Amino acid sequence: MSRVGKSKEAEIKRINKELANIRSKFKGDKALDGYSKKKYVCKLLFIFLLGHDIDFGHMEAVNLLSSNKYTEKQIGYLFISVLVNSNSELIRLINNAIKNDLASRNPIFMCLALHCIANVGSREMAEAFASEIPKILVAGDTMDSVKQSAALCLLRLYKTSPDLVPMGEWTSRVVHLLNDQHLGVVTAATSLITCLSKKNPDEFKTCVSLAVSRLSRIVSSASTDLQDYTYYFVPAPWLSVKLLRLLQCYPPPEDTAVKGRLIECMETILNKAQEPPKSKKVQHSNAKNAILFEAISLIIHYDSEPNLLVRACNQLGQFLQHRETNLRYLALESMCLLAGSEFSHEAVKTHIETVINALKTERDVSVRQRAADLLYAMCDRTNAPQIVAEMLSYLETADYSIREEIVLKVAILAEKYAVDYTWYVDTILNLIRIAGDYVSEEVWYRVIQIVINRDDVQGYAAKTVFEALQAPACHENMVKVGGYILGEFGNLIAGDPRSSPLVQFNLLHSKFHLCSVPTRALLLSSYIKFVNLFPETKTTIQDVLRSDSQLRNSDVELQQRAVEYLKLSSIASTDVLATVLEEMPPFPERESSILAKLKKKKGPGTVTDMEEGKKEQTEVNGGVEPAVNASTVSTPSPSADLLGLKSAPAGGGSLLVDVFSDAVPATGALAPGSEDNFSRSLDLPGESPASLLVDATLGADTVTTVPAAGSEDPALPVPDADDLLNKFVCKNNGVLFENQLLQIGIKSEYRQNLGRMYLFFGNKTSVQFLNFTLNVSCPGELQNELNIQAKPVEPIVEGGAQVQQVINIECLSDFTEAPLLNIQFRYGGTVQNITLKLPITVNKFFQPTEMASEDFFQRWKQLSSPQQEAQKIFKANHPMDTEVTKAKLIGFGSALLQDVDPNRDNFVGAGVIHTKSIQVGCLLRLEPNSQAQMYRLTLRTSKEAVSKRLCALLSQQF
Amino acid sequence: MMRFMLLFSRQGKLRLQKWYTTLLDKEKKKITRELIQIVLSRQPRMCSFVEWRDLKIIYKRFASLYFCCAIEEQDNELLTLEIIHRYVELLDKYFGNVCELDIIFNFEKAYFILDEFLIGGELQDTSKQSIPKAIEEADMLQETMEEYMAKPTF
Repeated sequence: MSRVGKSKEAEIKRINKELANIRSKFKGDKALDGYSKKKYVCKLLFIFLLGHDIDFGHMEAVNLLSSNKYTEKQIGYLFISVLVNSNSELIRLINNAIKNDLASRNPIFMCLALHCIANVGSREMAEAFASEIPKILVAGDTMDSVKQSAALCLLRLYKTSPDLVPMGEWTSRVVHLLNDQHLGVVTAATSLITCLSKKNPDEFKTCVSLAVSRLSRIVSSASTDLQDYTYYFVPAPWLSVKLLRLLQCYPPPEDTAVKGRLIECMETILNKAQEPPKSKKVQHSNAKNAILFEAISLIIHYDSEPNLLVRACNQLGQFLQHRETNLRYLALESMCLLAGSEFSHEAVKTHIETVINALKTERDVSVRQRAADLLYAMCDRTNAPQIVAEMLSYLETADYSIREEIVLKVAILAEKYAVDYTWYVDTILNLIRIAGDYVSEEVWYRVIQIVINRDDVQGYAAKTVFEALQAPACHENMVKVGGYILGEFGNLIAGDPRSSPLVQFNLLHSKFHLCSVPTRALLLSSYIKFVNLFPETKTTIQDVLRSDSQLRNSDVELQQRAVEYLKLSSIASTDVLATVLEEMPPFPERESSILAKLKKKKGPGTVTDMEEGKKEQTEVNGGVEPAVNASTVSTPSPSADLLGLKSAPAGGGSLLVDVFSDAVPATGALAPGSEDNFSRSLDLPGESPASLLVDATLGADTVTTVPAAGSEDPALPVPDADDLLNKFVCKNNGVLFENQLLQIGIKSEYRQNLGRMYLFFGNKTSVQFLNFTLNVSCPGELQNELNIQAKPVEPIVEGGAQVQQVINIECLSDFTEAPLLNIQFRYGGTVQNITLKLPITVNKFFQPTEMASEDFFQRWKQLSSPQQEAQKIFKANHPMDTEVTKAKLIGFGSALLQDVDPNRDNFVGAGVIHTKSIQVGCLLRLEPNSQAQMYRLTLRTSKEAVSKRLCALLSQQF
Repeated sequence: MMRFMLLFSRQGKLRLQKWYTTLLDKEKKKITRELIQIVLSRQPRMCSFVEWRDLKIIYKRFASLYFCCAIEEQDNELLTLEIIHRYVELLDKYFGNVCELDIIFNFEKAYFILDEFLIGGELQDTSKQSIPKAIEEADMLQETMEEYMAKPTF
């Protein structure tokens, strides 16, 4: 008996032996009797539940289903339910056994079969039984227990395959199950009816009056009337809640008698909440309050009975100070909804002090979170200053996990209820001061947008940021806002000798060296704006731009700006300068992107598409980003005209180009603030990219830690290396790796057969990394296919600091392997040794090719030899969303051709892969089959290896 | 509707899992790991509800065992706590003073009782009388007592 193995190894050994034994029994010549079969199938289940994989025994389990011995049958069904196998042959056999049991008229066998259908719930089963089960459900001679199972079984099938459940004559009879004598039957039927009503409200609307009368009978019954459906002195709590939930599928009843009766029910429920408890047990109060909360949900859903709404609010107010944490939590949550009703908004507001107190004193972060939500919901013009002030002060001690959300909420409230925009500016600057790391770009972009659009606040903003920048240590976000606002409106405070142009410039420049590259880039733009605003600063600024640390900066972006701005300031006439560097025109009014961000935070993925939440966030870009005039759009080519006027994208004469609209990364990749685009695409919804405290997506266990005296050998790539590679096939920027010590971000750009990759290594600890060395290598053949040059980095990374490495890539010929990046450093006493695959894949060297339908098919035919084609049919791993698929294909690098494929659901693409030695033309076609949740991907290129590699890479993306 | 129910020990060992929607094994394992970690790190007297992805996690501890359910947005938290409690009462009634070992070594009974109580993530019956009756009837159908005693173990 392997109760609990001495060690994991011993357990595995024991289990493998057992598995081998069972396998030999199943394979043996001697036919097993039912008993032994049951014994071994049960053992397999046990082993599976210990956490081991089981890949055989299904057939034996299916055999057990047709046993006439109950226990054998039961174990067979259990095995099927726990270890479903989509093997179609087996499903057919299972369905056969179920069919026999359903026809057996033995209620216990019928229930087993129904449980099995409900547990597996597959489409095949729905096809086989969806029309059969309604008959069982409404047949006059069906036992109550079978009816209950049939109702819920049907519900499960309806949820998986609604199209296969035929509506019909049975539906009206199902509604009448609400009148059934057996409360168990009513309970099960109510769940089914609720689900059906949501989809077919008209067909089921007679259920409203039936539900009301049933509810009314339960609510008015004495606590012992319902025998064992009374739970700790509460009559039928589950059924009551289900009925209340069912009523929430409909508007208030039109029939006044029914409506009167329902309102009476609610009043009774509210009255009961005031009665002394019939038991001290928590089960009693939970059951009673569950009904109360559900009744309040219904009252809120109707939103038409002011009297009930206010009573509900008062009741919840009492719970806000209850000693049960659960009740306080639910009361805060429910009140959030009440705050949205015009009838109860004022009543909710009376509890503001209690809620503020909860925010300060609750020990459980999830309760504090609810309190913050409620404050946000109850906020209006009258209490905004108080609520915003309380949230700001809470922010200083708030849990890291909810800081960003609080920041967003404060930013939204401050904007929404600002009568006086100086208050708004103060609030946002306070936010940056208190929680700068959590202030995402949406927030500081927004303050800039508002300042630019409202000239009454510009002088105040300039003065305030100037003062804020005086602090010896100020957050980088403050420098960004300060740099931007002084660059635009510094002139408004230049009259005061304490903030003369030169003082302003020196103040900004004193922060320059402490800032990251994106901020420095922004500051350089501010400087050139200064040259225009204040001619007297021109020589000082030219000196700064001319210094080696700018003109020869190792960062290509900074270097280029310095060169171009220097030239601009010396060549252009004042008129040209004034035009190019004119004050930003007002932004068009758009919905705040902060709101979008908050909504996004609120819906972080679902269980059915777990990975989607992180990977597929489409970028929300409704807001404002600090755009700089077109003149500052520089292109990577140093020969581009200095003013960049010719390269300004469409819009002709207009100098204002929204360099940050979605289309930009292709053309304006190096525009000021483009670093922000980069950080926005880091794909960490809700995490501020500046923050190093983002949740580690990869645990520390993926780091190979070797002792200080460890060998020089690079560690093996981390286990998820291929996943990392796949993550970057369709995008160029993002977080490559993260553990508790280190975060690695990537930004890369490719042109023809050349590429440049920026790696950002962030030290997440407060301790130095010593002997920090990076080594990029091309294993095997790859050294002849890729030419990679990596710039050396400083050997020390300070705590909290970030270093950057630039890698130049030249693609010599097509390739399949990925280069390896080895990172070694000493942290504390140990040497950390991490090897990752660098996400450089052959598709990065794609150039999209547009072509017409005939061209496409002509070429498609030309590439018809079997070696030229690679094809793969695979299951969708993500929801099949057309827009997401399009975005991925574009990210993959090929052109997405419209109106080429006769089937509009299919995607076709074309492009050329550029390498130094050859160019490889590629055509691709992706055919989704949403019914089967499958794709077929076909690649045709002039080179076999390329077809295969592209097919392998792209098929991992959907 | 309940999406799944997990029973695990204070040491983080999974003792029972019941999934009411179809998920890949890999996802199940990932969810299990994540939730065990979340629930075990909660302090006593904290609220029994945790927001997790688009679901609500409701958990309750009995002696060494945690019962953890995931329910949907519109489901009732307090009654889910009582679903857990009622399930424990049913186990208790069947096993007599149920303990973790009963569930480990009679896992199939724990599943059968759960199936009588919840189907497809919805409550089938809440009566403390009729569920045990169904299980007893089933037990009466056991071939022999001897066979029952010689339950498969290894």
